[in-house]
Amino acid sequence: MAEVTETVEKQVKQREPLFSKKNRKLITDPLDDSNPITVQVLGICSALAITVKLYPALVMSLSVIFVMGAGNVIISLLRNLIPNRIRIIVQLVVVASLVILVDQVLKAFVYDISKELSVFVGLIITNCIIMGRFEAFALANGPWKSFLDGMGNAFGYAWILIAVAFFRELLGSGTLFGYPVLEKIGVYSVGYENNGLMLLPPMALITVGIIIWVQRARNTKLIEEN
Amino acid sequence: MDVNKNSYTFIFAASMVVVVAAILSFAATSLKPMQDRNIELEKKQNILSSIGINVSREEAENEYEKYIKRELVIFNNEIKEGVAAFAIDLSKEIKKEPTQRDAPLYIAERDGTKYFILPLRGKGLWGPIWGYIALEQNVNTVYGAVFDHKTETPGLGAEISTPIFMDQFPGKKILNDQGEFVSIQVMKGNASGDYQVDGISGGTITSVGVQDMLDDCIQSYIPFLKQYSGSAATAQARLGNEDEVATIE
Repeated sequence: MAEVTETVEKQVKQREPLFSKKNRKLITDPLDDSNPITVQVLGICSALAITVKLYPALVMSLSVIFVMGAGNVIISLLRNLIPNRIRIIVQLVVVASLVILVDQVLKAFVYDISKELSVFVGLIITNCIIMGRFEAFALANGPWKSFLDGMGNAFGYAWILIAVAFFRELLGSGTLFGYPVLEKIGVYSVGYENNGLMLLPPMALITVGIIIWVQRARNTKLIEEN
Repeated sequence: MDVNKNSYTFIFAASMVVVVAAILSFAATSLKPMQDRNIELEKKQNILSSIGINVSREEAENEYEKYIKRELVIFNNEIKEGVAAFAIDLSKEIKKEPTQRDAPLYIAERDGTKYFILPLRGKGLWGPIWGYIALEQNVNTVYGAVFDHKTETPGLGAEISTPIFMDQFPGKKILNDQGEFVSIQVMKGNASGDYQVDGISGGTITSVGVQDMLDDCIQSYIPFLKQYSGSAATAQARLGNEDEVATIE
């Protein structure tokens, strides 16, 4: 049985379209079924720290998307050249240089944001999602697949980040991207007040928790069997 | 080719390092001018906000020209000519003895009143902290203060750069009734009076860092400032009698 599937796979590989079902799965899976934050619970630290406002969360997401995509492709291209014994070091060097690159660009073009993200840009290096994908996927797969996998995981990270930031900024400061949404709707005049607790890290954890709850309620695949 | 041979591993590692170093240093050098410009504008923003003027980065340049009337360098209680105050690297100066420092001083004028803006720099928990403190013409009352930090813990030490902490400073005093420098203490709760502010709970080391920074950086200016404002007020020649000047307040 196993042999049969293998040969089938081989045939498919020869002329696999760029967005075959399997490749599409590489992107869609991490968005839901194997989401790095809500299912694998990786990269939580930055998700809690920089989701007070939408804009920094977006910049952080873009940075991770860039590092993840580029890093996965680089590692995948080098996968047959990397000496096995120093592969972790090579992965670290690749991710570290990409992160420094991002950091330098942010400092030059969006200085305020780079100050707000402060150490967390540097901490992308230690974001387990990235090293995890390098080690688990890019080292064993071709560049295109690795790119898709990187994008999938980075987007999986990004949408959680942005969702959390959306609720925290809206309920905590009453703004979205700095635009005073709630003031324009006029809810303050009927006695509504911003919830300052939303701005503190614990509420990020609770927001992530609620997202996990909702996700598990509607995605039965995620429920463990006892 | 055997990629697991020792020699290959060494060659791979060595060439990787060279390539990465080349890419990064190229990126760093080509982006440096823009980054320096950002830092310069931010410094001007900070200096301005110590006298309560908050402007965007784009406006900082013009507003700075408008409000900051003089930039001086003080060395051993005398004005030192030929050194640009703005370009002084305070991180190097604070390592020297107070009497050996080139101390920058910015004199601002807002609504016809002069303020002395003193740059501060010290140590936090994880890295440097810095700020600007604006003194009124009596060289005693604090008009405003801003603090910033590089890597203090968010939510704890990093709170020194929030209004909650900084807004405590206006109105505080740094000289006692005898005109001696006493600085401002950052307290663990229950701050009272003219010489104390509340520290950050959970950020004790950073709070103490702020206190030490105030003490260390302001002290060396006092004799000069008393002289300077005294001579300006009485139109006297700069005699340098500190006690006499102190009574002018």
